[in-house]
Amino acid sequence: MKKIINDPEHAVQDMIKGLVAAYPQQLKQIKGTNVIIRKEAPVANKVGLVSGGGSGHEPAHAGYIGNGMLDAAVVGEVFTSPTPDQVLEAIKAVDSGAGVLLIIKNYTGDVMNFEMAAEMAEAEGIQVDKVIVNDDVAVENSTATTGRRGIAGTVLVHKIAGAMAEQGASLKEVKDIAEKVIAGVRSMGVATAACTVPAAGKQSFELAEDEMEIGIGIHGEPGIERKKLTSAAEIAQELTDKVLADLDFKDSEVAVMINGLGSTPEMELYIVNQTVQEILAEHEIKVSHTFVGEYMTALEMAGCSVTLLKVDKELKALLDAHSTALAFKM
Amino acid sequence: MDHLQVNHVYQWMKITNDKIQKNKEVLTSLDQAIGDGDHGINMARGFQEVMNKLDAENYEHVADMLKDIAMTLMSKVGGAAGPLYGTAFLKMSTRLKEQDATYKNFSQAITEAVNGVKQRGKAEIGEKTMVDVWAAVADQMSKESHFSAELIVNTAKEAMESTKEMMATKGRAAYLKERSVGHMDPGSVSSFYLFEALAEVIAEEG
Repeated sequence: MKKIINDPEHAVQDMIKGLVAAYPQQLKQIKGTNVIIRKEAPVANKVGLVSGGGSGHEPAHAGYIGNGMLDAAVVGEVFTSPTPDQVLEAIKAVDSGAGVLLIIKNYTGDVMNFEMAAEMAEAEGIQVDKVIVNDDVAVENSTATTGRRGIAGTVLVHKIAGAMAEQGASLKEVKDIAEKVIAGVRSMGVATAACTVPAAGKQSFELAEDEMEIGIGIHGEPGIERKKLTSAAEIAQELTDKVLADLDFKDSEVAVMINGLGSTPEMELYIVNQTVQEILAEHEIKVSHTFVGEYMTALEMAGCSVTLLKVDKELKALLDAHSTALAFKM
Repeated sequence: MDHLQVNHVYQWMKITNDKIQKNKEVLTSLDQAIGDGDHGINMARGFQEVMNKLDAENYEHVADMLKDIAMTLMSKVGGAAGPLYGTAFLKMSTRLKEQDATYKNFSQAITEAVNGVKQRGKAEIGEKTMVDVWAAVADQMSKESHFSAELIVNTAKEAMESTKEMMATKGRAAYLKERSVGHMDPGSVSSFYLFEALAEVIAEEG
């Protein structure tokens, strides 16, 4: 294992300290927890947005804290859900009285821990609701989920629900718009090299030099097929086809996200994007926004994912809305 | 034994913790075969924290003790096992609030725990999860009227072993469904340790 860390046991805490130290005007750590909140939280009369999950997916989710996006990110151990007490602290810290929405990626542990926290918060008189993101079309069930997994599409849920909340919408309205995004967002990924969880010390799976795995999860959970590495154009075609086959995108307009998994250079992401845009043009699907970069990583895994979100006038305006989030400035 | 008291619950947790520490590797290797390989480590850490908590506090009521056990497991085990075990103990605590843990009350508390775990994990009997062991014990206990060490341990053991031939349908990849057959479910095994420990406390009391 070759990592710039001090002690695998302290990697998460050390990262949080460094992150908050980098942006003290914007972020704050709740003392004694692994919860990072927006400096000015709770924002008066605004629905609070809380997300989180295991760490190792940076900039998710703390990078999406800011005006126009999240109010808190609950940081678990690497690839491990945070516990309910931590999520509860986040809910309490961001509740202004207008209620709190939890944005959860669909993993068994995450769903259970966040749901427990929601029940605990309700018992304390806080209005809480939740949405579960499951944009990954690769597999129906996996080693970590019942149903589909939540991956890069989650970031678009953060952006749109965050913009809605910032405009003063009610908890129900924010939840409804988040559900609208979830209904129209689909993703599919590929890995060309594995990653190493610091505490485990060895790679979570092995891929030969000339192999790739289609449909892999952001924790290295099995995908649908392992095969010889092909060209960027062929990979882009395969991923985009799967996404297009899953939802009727005919005559629709989409936002595109080409997400790097950690160690794939931007150059390669743009090469993939080139083909994705060509395919969409062939299908006469109009593109409103394109985001290329690292939004939801898996430590130093190599590979990328393609996300398409069906947009309309309302979603486009919310995507365009102002955001100060470190990893999603608009 | 006619009802479960604070000292019994303490012994129950102490013996459970000893079993889990001793069998940490067993749980981990079962989980490596069909899960994500952290069950032993997580449970060992969680139950050690439970003992630290129980040693630091004094309890008058079983319900208060069960609540602290629940909160500790929830916050220290992590993963999926934390909320599931946490829910089980929380439901028991709620059922026994301001009540003596008589056989009837305790038996109903175990049934409440099963319902809580089913709801939390969205799992039913026969899906190769800890529900299989808990539901079997709850069912057996509801048919009896007094604490029986032998019945509890035998029921739990049989239920645990029955998970070996089951195919996992919760949280597993399609091809893992086949691969999961032949391995006992790690959550069922840790649940067996818990009930085996309870049986030992009952046997000790006579």
